[in-house]
Amino acid sequence: MKTVTLSVAYVPLVDAAPLIIAQEMGFAEAEGITLDLIAAPSWSSVRDMLAFGRVDAAHLLSPVPVAMALGLGGVTVPLSAVSVLSVNGDVIGVSSALADRLRETGYGFDFADPVAAARALAGVAGKRMVFGVPFPFSMHVELLRYWFESTDLSGRTIEIRTVPPPLMAQALAEGDIDAFCVGEPWGSVAVDQGAGALLLPGKAIWSFAPEKVLAVRTDWAETEPHLLGRLMRAIWNAGRWLARPESRTATAELLARPEWLDVAPELIDRSLTGHFTVTAQGEMRDVDGFLEFHDGAATFPWRSQAKWIARRLALANGLPADSVTRAGAVFRSDLYRQHMSGTDADLPGASEKLEGSIRVPMAVSSEKGHLSLLPDAFFDGRIFDPSASD
Amino acid sequence: MTAKLTIVVVEPDRDRAIGIVDALRDAGDYDVHVIGSTSGLARKVAAHAPDVVLIDIDNPTRDMLEELTLASGPLDRPVAMFVSGPAGDLSQAAIEAGLSAYVVDGLRPERLKPVMDTAIARFRMMRRMRTELAETRRALEERKVIDRAKGMLMKARGIGEDEAYALLRKTAMDQGRRVAEVAEALMTASGLLR
Repeated sequence: MKTVTLSVAYVPLVDAAPLIIAQEMGFAEAEGITLDLIAAPSWSSVRDMLAFGRVDAAHLLSPVPVAMALGLGGVTVPLSAVSVLSVNGDVIGVSSALADRLRETGYGFDFADPVAAARALAGVAGKRMVFGVPFPFSMHVELLRYWFESTDLSGRTIEIRTVPPPLMAQALAEGDIDAFCVGEPWGSVAVDQGAGALLLPGKAIWSFAPEKVLAVRTDWAETEPHLLGRLMRAIWNAGRWLARPESRTATAELLARPEWLDVAPELIDRSLTGHFTVTAQGEMRDVDGFLEFHDGAATFPWRSQAKWIARRLALANGLPADSVTRAGAVFRSDLYRQHMSGTDADLPGASEKLEGSIRVPMAVSSEKGHLSLLPDAFFDGRIFDPSASD
Repeated sequence: MTAKLTIVVVEPDRDRAIGIVDALRDAGDYDVHVIGSTSGLARKVAAHAPDVVLIDIDNPTRDMLEELTLASGPLDRPVAMFVSGPAGDLSQAAIEAGLSAYVVDGLRPERLKPVMDTAIARFRMMRRMRTELAETRRALEERKVIDRAKGMLMKARGIGEDEAYALLRKTAMDQGRRVAEVAEALMTASGLLR
């Protein structure tokens, strides 16, 4: 069968798996497409390749298209986030120096409790701390800020600085940064190199945070609806395959190859299974649902998720509240419905939810009637109402 | 009279940096600075208060510059990756050439264009040289593998060099593969059997 080639830019991370698996395991071919996956060295390069038409689609940090819609960051080409590629998957860690001081105070590195972690960190940190993150517009930044403001870290002088993930361990070892929030495998790489220890998984702060999205130019989505539909379905099928526990070993081996992530499969395995080594001493911790590709309608682009991001960005950058609704519309639940109806995907009845209100898995109304959403609570119990106007 | 434009070039490779600087100086009277090391990159760039920042699109430290687009700090003049108006085509040409540029908001297009035209031409040339270098290196490596495979065939089957090469080429044609691939496969297989 003759296939159409679509070019897709991505950053080599574990959460690029749905794209890599779609191509490698034949899900793309089944839709009559070939994915020409182009590894990018930076997020700005991914964004620019997409915005200026060098690629058709991209693996993108969920806040990037929202920030662009708010006019932040220079590039303003309208983008659409047509589905969520992955939920959760970040880790927060500290330098070995801070880890040693934490240990002296008796901190147990539970890799679970954000309030206790913040209290312990506030107790040992110096006057100011520098946190490394991959990009100024990222879930990493949003999770950190949210964590700081509701814990003992509020009021501390904390600088958030951009450090490319492959350089994070080195920046930590050289003292350029004291701590970090980064996507896997780079947190585990820092632990393995003895540069630092892990404090928290991202999901301990927000238990269902949209991490990466599949983004396309809005005009491309309108002129190429058939190609977009094939791309979305191929990736959705890849996500379903990834969610099966028996796929994990093959996934780790595949992603580890030199042409993809080029790191040890054992490091990739940690985020897929949720079995983490959190300190250089080899202490192990387990996290349920560390990284979701499928379960709980993980790929559905809830407008309320985009509005939460937009609200946080608007607050941090002094933008008017009315910009939030407009920016929230870049998560295209409408396109998701259009292209995923008639497939195995079950579509929720609503396109917005009260973010943070789900504490236990909850059945919700859906097209096929068997959709259950996973907990999406914030650690401080706050609830975000996307329709509230303040 | 308008003040001289200040241009910062972020490029760790010294020869490449010199090439860019020379090209820019030939093109006009600019104040050009080069930053080679990347620690504290955004701060170092901001210290020059540049009108234009040029950086290779493949440079992984580029994300550090994104902080400049948030209007704050010592620069206090927002720097944007230019996109709209007459600069739109320039942006596209720049990205194809492997160049990314940050430009202070409000810089007039007619002042920007000669800088960008020069930089784009230079980056295009560097990209071509890089591709050619990679191709030459690959060709050399393939030759080496083919030579080794030939030697192995000559020894194992007691044939001459021309005959060994003919055998490799025939196998490649029969299988629809490249000679280098067949040679590579032979080396791998013989390594396993040893």
